[in-house]
Amino acid sequence: MSAAASEVAIKREGAQRMGFFTDTTVCIGCKACEVACKQWNDLPADGSVFRKGGSYDHTGSLSAATWRHVRFVETVAPTPSRQEAARKALAEGGGGNVPRIPAAGYQLPSTEALAGAAGGVTDSEMVDLVAVAEQGDVTGMETLDRWVFMSDVCKHCTNAGCLDACPTGALVRTEFETVIVQPDICNGCGYCIPSCPFGVIDRDPYDGRAAKCTLCYDRLEDGLEPACAKACPTDSIQFGPWEELVKTAKGRVVELHERGFENAYIYGVDDHPDDQLAGNLGAFFLLTEPPERFGLPAHAESPIQENGPPATAAGLLSGALALAGAVASVVVAHRRAGRR
Amino acid sequence: MAEAHPVGFRWVMKAKERGAKIIHVDPHYSRTSAVSDLYLPIRAGSDIALLGGLIHHIIETDSYFKEYVVNYTNAATIINEKFQDTEDLAGFFSGFDPETGTYDRSTWMYEGGEVAAAAGQREHSTQAFSDRTGAGMMTGNVRSDPTLQDPRCVFQLLKKHYSRYTPEMVEQICGIPRESFLELAESLIANSGRERTTMLTYAVGWTQHSTGVQMIRAGAIVQLLLGNVGRPGGGVMAMRGHASIQGSSDIPTLYELLPGYLPMPRASEEDTTLEGYIESGGSARGWWSHFDNYAVSLLKAWFGDAATKENGYGFAWLPKISGNHSHFPTMLRAMDGGLDGLFVMGQNPAVGSMHAGLQRRALGHLKWLVVRDLAEIESANFWKDSPEVRSGETSPEQIGTEVFLMPAASHVEKEGHFTNTQRLLQWRDKALEPPGDARSELHFVHHLAKRILPRYAESEEGKDWPLRHLKWDYPEHGEHAEPSAEAVLKEIGGYDVASGKALSGFADLKADGSTACGCWIYSGCFADEVNQPRRRNPGDVNDPEGGSVSPEWGWAWPANRRILYNRASADPEGKPWSERKKYIWWDEAEQKWTGYDVPDFPVDKKPGYRADDDAEGMDAISGDDPFIMMADGRAWLYSPSGLLDGPFPTHYEPFESPVDNVLYPKVGGNPTALTWKREDNPLNVAADPRYPVVASTFRLTEHHTAGPMSRNLPWLAELQPEMFAEIDPELAAERGIEDGGWMTVMTERGEIEARAKVTYRVAPLRMGDRTVHQISMPWHWGTFKTSEQGVTGDSLNDISALSGDPNTSIEDKTFSCDVRAGRRDRESTARLAGREAHEHARPGHEDHGAEVPDKLSQTTQSDHSQPGPQS
Repeated sequence: MSAAASEVAIKREGAQRMGFFTDTTVCIGCKACEVACKQWNDLPADGSVFRKGGSYDHTGSLSAATWRHVRFVETVAPTPSRQEAARKALAEGGGGNVPRIPAAGYQLPSTEALAGAAGGVTDSEMVDLVAVAEQGDVTGMETLDRWVFMSDVCKHCTNAGCLDACPTGALVRTEFETVIVQPDICNGCGYCIPSCPFGVIDRDPYDGRAAKCTLCYDRLEDGLEPACAKACPTDSIQFGPWEELVKTAKGRVVELHERGFENAYIYGVDDHPDDQLAGNLGAFFLLTEPPERFGLPAHAESPIQENGPPATAAGLLSGALALAGAVASVVVAHRRAGRR
Repeated sequence: MAEAHPVGFRWVMKAKERGAKIIHVDPHYSRTSAVSDLYLPIRAGSDIALLGGLIHHIIETDSYFKEYVVNYTNAATIINEKFQDTEDLAGFFSGFDPETGTYDRSTWMYEGGEVAAAAGQREHSTQAFSDRTGAGMMTGNVRSDPTLQDPRCVFQLLKKHYSRYTPEMVEQICGIPRESFLELAESLIANSGRERTTMLTYAVGWTQHSTGVQMIRAGAIVQLLLGNVGRPGGGVMAMRGHASIQGSSDIPTLYELLPGYLPMPRASEEDTTLEGYIESGGSARGWWSHFDNYAVSLLKAWFGDAATKENGYGFAWLPKISGNHSHFPTMLRAMDGGLDGLFVMGQNPAVGSMHAGLQRRALGHLKWLVVRDLAEIESANFWKDSPEVRSGETSPEQIGTEVFLMPAASHVEKEGHFTNTQRLLQWRDKALEPPGDARSELHFVHHLAKRILPRYAESEEGKDWPLRHLKWDYPEHGEHAEPSAEAVLKEIGGYDVASGKALSGFADLKADGSTACGCWIYSGCFADEVNQPRRRNPGDVNDPEGGSVSPEWGWAWPANRRILYNRASADPEGKPWSERKKYIWWDEAEQKWTGYDVPDFPVDKKPGYRADDDAEGMDAISGDDPFIMMADGRAWLYSPSGLLDGPFPTHYEPFESPVDNVLYPKVGGNPTALTWKREDNPLNVAADPRYPVVASTFRLTEHHTAGPMSRNLPWLAELQPEMFAEIDPELAAERGIEDGGWMTVMTERGEIEARAKVTYRVAPLRMGDRTVHQISMPWHWGTFKTSEQGVTGDSLNDISALSGDPNTSIEDKTFSCDVRAGRRDRESTARLAGREAHEHARPGHEDHGAEVPDKLSQTTQSDHSQPGPQS
């Protein structure tokens, strides 16, 4: 599954889709990727605070200056009373995710308390009441179940919401079918930010322009692997031609299943269109936990793909442009302009 | 290991992918625990109880590797009748002198064995190398019982010694549930033997105990019983605390050693002449019979033509040690005004050393201090910005120390080699010029020598003879006259004096002055005039026939040998124990030892060779005695000499422990451990109810040692911005400590504040009917930063105590403490203020008792008479 050929803005003979396969089962949480990324891309430390309930994660999330980010999730086996409380809350109409209290007690924190928690509360810190009530398998109380790490990054989606929304053509698809921001074109409008279903892209607080992982486009042009993959000591981050990585990942899942890790699955690549995330991800993951635990959505699509005619299809069928509505036409027109 | 050695841990993860079971035992649940197959929490400092439990279980279930144990260890050796075990003497071995807190070790000998006369006279903590290796021991008449039935044989003594270390006892002492312990034991047993091996890996966490050496010994005993030494995938691997720690003991920064583990000559009768030194340091049997070759070649490397046979190669003029001159006694001496100046190079005692408040105060009593570092570290600015200055206890006006801060080149800005884990020398080239006036250590020392040496040219004093005759002719290059690191390496590797040609190995070394070698174990590292550590050829790593050895990747001492004692990888007849674990074997057709590595055995000595009783030198080693550095060629389950605190490891409590020693209630802590009982080094009394929490320390991936290299780097500082303590939710709830909030940790030395990381990764330990809480803290924070985005925090070592393992003087980083919610009330070590009893009467430069440690025997838990904290 690749992006539409016409969307590739930079042509290069022999170039193919490149991506990341991040295997969380061998991640040791060393954060070498996070630092190597900042070093290579000359990104500043964007500050951190000692985060309540954040385990060893003090940078919080991906941002304009943090293009790789390692999440730390401590999962705890809940007590029977915790499960009972969840069941009761469900029966009383509670549902979805409720925030967890990091350390002790069973009270839910107030909204004010949450706002005061340094760094805020991320999805990974939310408890799924249904899961607690039924399986007792998510964040709860009593004893540590496991401590898992996951290095997050821009997904370089096939249907890239950021790219679809960009009115200036600053966001383009490269010859490696990755999505990058051209900082000299970006005007800082910020449309891309709510259009990313993963919350990846962000505006630089100093100059207002959008910034995110480029899959080290400059390194790729010189035939080098991205800095994060290069620095990863355990090969948790693998880089390569996307098709090959998918094969590797599928083989890895089979292998893990054979070894008894039946919860291993690929997040972000699926053969069935209905089960794809944003048309399949250029940077995908092997997970053994529900995606929500890492702040990843279970379902994701470019808003334009979801709410209007697919931008790529619109691009292909120029005759349909007039019918596609103002937003889509602006998007496509600008993208065309960017390609020239 | 994943936490502190993430790059090396790559290979552990690869092994895990190939089916290896990873087991992690640690008081602190780290990133290593997270990816291990089995994690066992343990009460900090109780390791010997766990390892003793394993020894007990292995023997009890008859799971030891019998052929290996009988043939390659001293299990069958009979011990003399006078020896008495801790099980007979309620926690002491025979020969204990309560007056001095030391052992007379003559009763620990093999029956019929003798030691060199000097052994009994070794000064506390300054035992010479001969004593450590068993060199000097005559083993001609020792008796053994290969059936292992004789009640006086090592095996039976071992069995008896650990008879009470049952799984239940392990649970009670360590807080490790019985089921977890049994899973650990069964995993080790299942993964050892002919077909499989288990590797034991430790880091400084093991060395930093009052029983540190014995913990590692206990690990070695487990490995020997299971047949995991000298074999591929086996061994006891020391993960070093930072780059080239191995190198800094090979070519030592340690006061009691010369390069290549030759003992530092001592101010005693036998060390006044070269002959006496060789006799006391060498051995009639085993490899140390070559001692004279190494000692003379070292003197030739230092003094060149001035070292002649007639003047004993200058030996007599070497400085001699007179006591324990290790780091702590030296700093205490500084504290008492007995030290003029100090060079601090690549160290930060104001943060990184135990009882840092005392260290900083001691620095303030020097006349001058040279600090070489990448940044202005706490040890260089203690006089203007430290907790003591902030509290008003002292001020820059009151500190007379003149501090010289010299900018240092970083590791990429200089050339040279590191020696790391597995004794591997790896060369690195200089990648870029250091900025400004920053220079390499080599440059600094070289040019310092060039300035100092001429000042002694006219001196006629004997003590200046070494300075007048030091051979110092390293070629220089570049605009800053950088000395050649390769020339230094070549001197270390050895050369023929007449021709100047590099030697191919230590077999070439001679005692007649014709060879020079800076460190005999490194001999050959410049063979064929080639910088061997610079090699970067991994070879075909997938070759099933030894591809994983990669002999052309760097260079390992000795003789580029990758596994020591690898003769043990073959059975007594010289055949591999199994095809799977094939490594070195006897080639019958060629009549020599061969294999994937350099054999650690005389290459043509037949497996069937039997040493005569009166044989000497290497002839005394039989063809099935793999441990050639030992006088009897055997690995020692029982150490008749070499250790100061017992022939067997025994469980003693950390000297600051909230619990009693259930095995030896009358003894408590290690009776020979070093403590320095002074007003300014107060200890928490054992089992003191005011300090009920066990504390231990750890390192984070994000930071490096005392922190100047990482805390000032914004990219690393943001990843771990604040000092914190990990605490279990139960204790946190009890003390009202909130996750992410402030907490204070208190000991007799002071109190520090930290962010609380309340986490289920830390669990209270259930020890029989008692629950013990333990906290763990990183020690990377200090009070100073050199970059705007750098971070500061309280230093863990402000609350740790000066203490030491009797063998190494290495500190104990397990201690007791208490915790409370909120920030500290005053600067971290303010409670020590006014305790400086020595301040008013500086004894000047006289030698006095600072370097003589007190004995723990005077402060055991049965003796609660120590001064309280009220002062």
